[in-house]
Amino acid sequence: MSPSSTIRPNSGSIIGARIPMVDSVDKVTGAGKYADDLALPGMLVGKILHSPHAHARIRSIDSSAAERLPGVFAAATGREAPVKYGILPVGHDETIFALDKARYIGDNVAGVAAESEAIADQALRLIRVDYEILPGYFDPEESMLAEENLIHEDRPHNIEKDYHHHFGDVEAGFAAADYIRNDRFECAEVTHAALEPHSTLARFDADGALTVWSSTQVPYYLMKTLAATLQIPESKVRVIKPLVGGGFGGKSEVIPLELAAAVLARKAGRPVKITYSREEVFYAHRGRPRQIVELKTGVTREGKLTAVEARIVQDGGAFCGYGVVTILYSGQLLNAMYDIPSVKFDGYRVLTNKPACGAMRGHGTVNTRFAFEQQLNMIAAVLGIDPVEIRRRNLLQAPCTTVNGLRVLSYGLPECIDKVAEQSKWKEKYGKQRFGKGIGIAGSHYVSGAANPIIRAQIPHTTVNLSIDASGTVTVFTGASEIGQGSDTMQVQIVAGELGIPVERVKIVAADTARTPIDLGSYSSRVTFMAGNAALDAARNARQLVLAAAAKKSATPIDGLTFDEAVRLAISPNETLTATGTYSPPASAQGGKFKGAGVGPSPAYSYSAQVAEVTVDTETGEVHVDRITAAHDCGKAINPVNVEGQVIGSVWMGLGQAVQEEMVWEGGRLMNPGLLEYRSASTLESPPIDPIIVESMDPEGPFGAKEAGEGSLAATIPAVAHAIYDAVGVWINTLPITPEKVLKALEEKKKT
Amino acid sequence: MKKELIRLHINGQVRVVEVEPNRILLDVLRQDLELTGSKRGCDDSSCGACTVLIDGEPQMSCLMLAVSYQDQEITTIEGVADGSALDPLQRGFAVEGGAQCGYCTPGMILTAKHLLARNPNPTDQELNEALSGNLCRCTGYVQILASVRKAIELMRDMRPLEVRPR
Repeated sequence: MSPSSTIRPNSGSIIGARIPMVDSVDKVTGAGKYADDLALPGMLVGKILHSPHAHARIRSIDSSAAERLPGVFAAATGREAPVKYGILPVGHDETIFALDKARYIGDNVAGVAAESEAIADQALRLIRVDYEILPGYFDPEESMLAEENLIHEDRPHNIEKDYHHHFGDVEAGFAAADYIRNDRFECAEVTHAALEPHSTLARFDADGALTVWSSTQVPYYLMKTLAATLQIPESKVRVIKPLVGGGFGGKSEVIPLELAAAVLARKAGRPVKITYSREEVFYAHRGRPRQIVELKTGVTREGKLTAVEARIVQDGGAFCGYGVVTILYSGQLLNAMYDIPSVKFDGYRVLTNKPACGAMRGHGTVNTRFAFEQQLNMIAAVLGIDPVEIRRRNLLQAPCTTVNGLRVLSYGLPECIDKVAEQSKWKEKYGKQRFGKGIGIAGSHYVSGAANPIIRAQIPHTTVNLSIDASGTVTVFTGASEIGQGSDTMQVQIVAGELGIPVERVKIVAADTARTPIDLGSYSSRVTFMAGNAALDAARNARQLVLAAAAKKSATPIDGLTFDEAVRLAISPNETLTATGTYSPPASAQGGKFKGAGVGPSPAYSYSAQVAEVTVDTETGEVHVDRITAAHDCGKAINPVNVEGQVIGSVWMGLGQAVQEEMVWEGGRLMNPGLLEYRSASTLESPPIDPIIVESMDPEGPFGAKEAGEGSLAATIPAVAHAIYDAVGVWINTLPITPEKVLKALEEKKKT
Repeated sequence: MKKELIRLHINGQVRVVEVEPNRILLDVLRQDLELTGSKRGCDDSSCGACTVLIDGEPQMSCLMLAVSYQDQEITTIEGVADGSALDPLQRGFAVEGGAQCGYCTPGMILTAKHLLARNPNPTDQELNEALSGNLCRCTGYVQILASVRKAIELMRDMRPLEVRPR
């Protein structure tokens, strides 16, 4: 009998329990500290000078007058820290402040640190910049044709990266099709608009050690980037993540203010805090790019998919950021949803003179999924197949590996489809309601973390340490970043559940690079699967260690002990027992060997199916979303309240993209850099959303769990678009679906 | 700008603070009085994260000059709990998932507190209208509404039984 089996297994009641988030009291009392809530003695206010031009050569910068202003402690320009950086090793194209060129309105040109905000503002006005204005590129399809005045000299035609994939035999697939459709879809640019504006506080100690408190989803990458750009050893850099007021991907790469605060703190010799204004948050962006999808799909008479061909162009903005990953996801995750025997993908990530796009909830998949699901619904309408049925005819036979090498083990999509169809009374409603009322369906999926890390280092993706004292108190040390999604609570539940102790006895120390082990960050929905598995591994190892120690100290054979009984035997009052756990994805989940194969593979995929119900006002074109029913396969819900919260939040954010939100550009100028102008929905525009949890019990997930935070977003958009078709008979292929577009489509329909 | 000494009545205490007359209440609360529970989410009164109660009425502290509110009672999120006993709204938000990232939570709770003080049994429409000035990007509001409903339930359970004269 193995040692661990002699501890009584826990009842498992904490796994799946609806407990409040472990930091909820801090949040409801206002006691919890976010980055901008922090202050240090002698702290200065940092401010950044942004370029007023979308594309301009910087002939010279003179910050001497600003530096002379009383109350100013430092001014910094590009020369201060010219090391290039970027979140991807293939995309190191940014510097803290612009060196030679400003590449978008809002680009960071210089920074100051001063005693007060007013003095800092005044100092910015004293910085003289001599610009030579260059022609700008604002449309990706035009930018791709550029021959001169390139945004980055080493990117011909302003193409950041292009990929050309061909899996299976697409020609044969289309030849076998009875029906082929070609459609063009356009999705407007959207942004995270987390309620907390980015904020960073940086302090240099006398010995040259840097401590940074920042609103980040990626403390580990931030630590590495600070060390690289400021040219100090990683051992001298400590990044602490306080509470984060929402991320959604917008804080998942290094944001310029994080580096600027550190540069200014070093120069000023005092702590410096920079907090973005809301307008600066919009220009910092890193959101979902505008995307054009030309999609060709072939099916048999029965609606069975035979081939898919997609040409995708993304408007990436002025820097790479996560762009290479975004364009790859947009193609790679055409797969792993349905059974598609052949897929061709041509993807272009294009540079323009606008703020860089990046990762946003559902990274890379959302716009492609809208196009695909919308076209599938169009096909179903033409062939006279029920849209629920056409999906059932194209299901994967999991476990399986897709044509592009994605391994799918757990697959709850069929159950998601069944559940939403049943709960929404699909059969009684589809095509059967009065003109103006409609119902629509769509599906989506997402990775539970990337199987291949951004940094190709041979380290586990997550390490979690536990320390156990004689009182039986367990402290979890984890690098995983709580950003409001429940990361801390999930790990506490997993450790408590595995050890069979109350959650109150589990403390957590998280996301402090000096005290917690490496975790790659809160992005690509990796935390539950990866940090959860590491926490589970740590708890299992702790149990073994406790038991082995107890056996050593006990005179009589031990069997059937609870964890507490074993702790009493094993750990004396002056001792602490520590255990560690790690997670690395298995080789079988890491995908194929072709160029770009690294993006898309995940140890597990979540699935979602959704039904949207709408009322369309045919006089005004206004779409009123009445209800969304969303089933999400999260493997196993460690905490159902938090899973439901994530699913509802994803659906709501998808709804925003479907009918309201859009970054409106005039050239390189954003016309709506405010929460009201951006039209972030209030309670009054937010419909009831009914979440349904589907538990497919992933064989490799912790207690069977997979991701819950992103996968539901993408299905909402095509489900709403489909409901609009059911209501009034028009397909809208451009996002957002505004009243103007609906009215125009209705008028055109009348003409024909 | 010349500073002046002002007296603010906050959460049942008198706080004396030296500020310039152009300082907004939100900054004074956060920077001078270390009451950082009130949040800044925008710069144009669109988000409601800075909501405080002025004599029980929700107002956005980012729009208010601190010097102008010396005669009123100011309640911030730090003044909502009764000692270590959480307010039913705070319990509701914790239990029902009303606080994800937590950034809108203080403003939400204060706005809801004002609503329930006037109207202990709001309809869904009344609840939606009352909270419509407080933006959230995490929850889609569904669990926030459930949190307020939970608070109403808790308050009902806590209410002493009425003893009616015969």
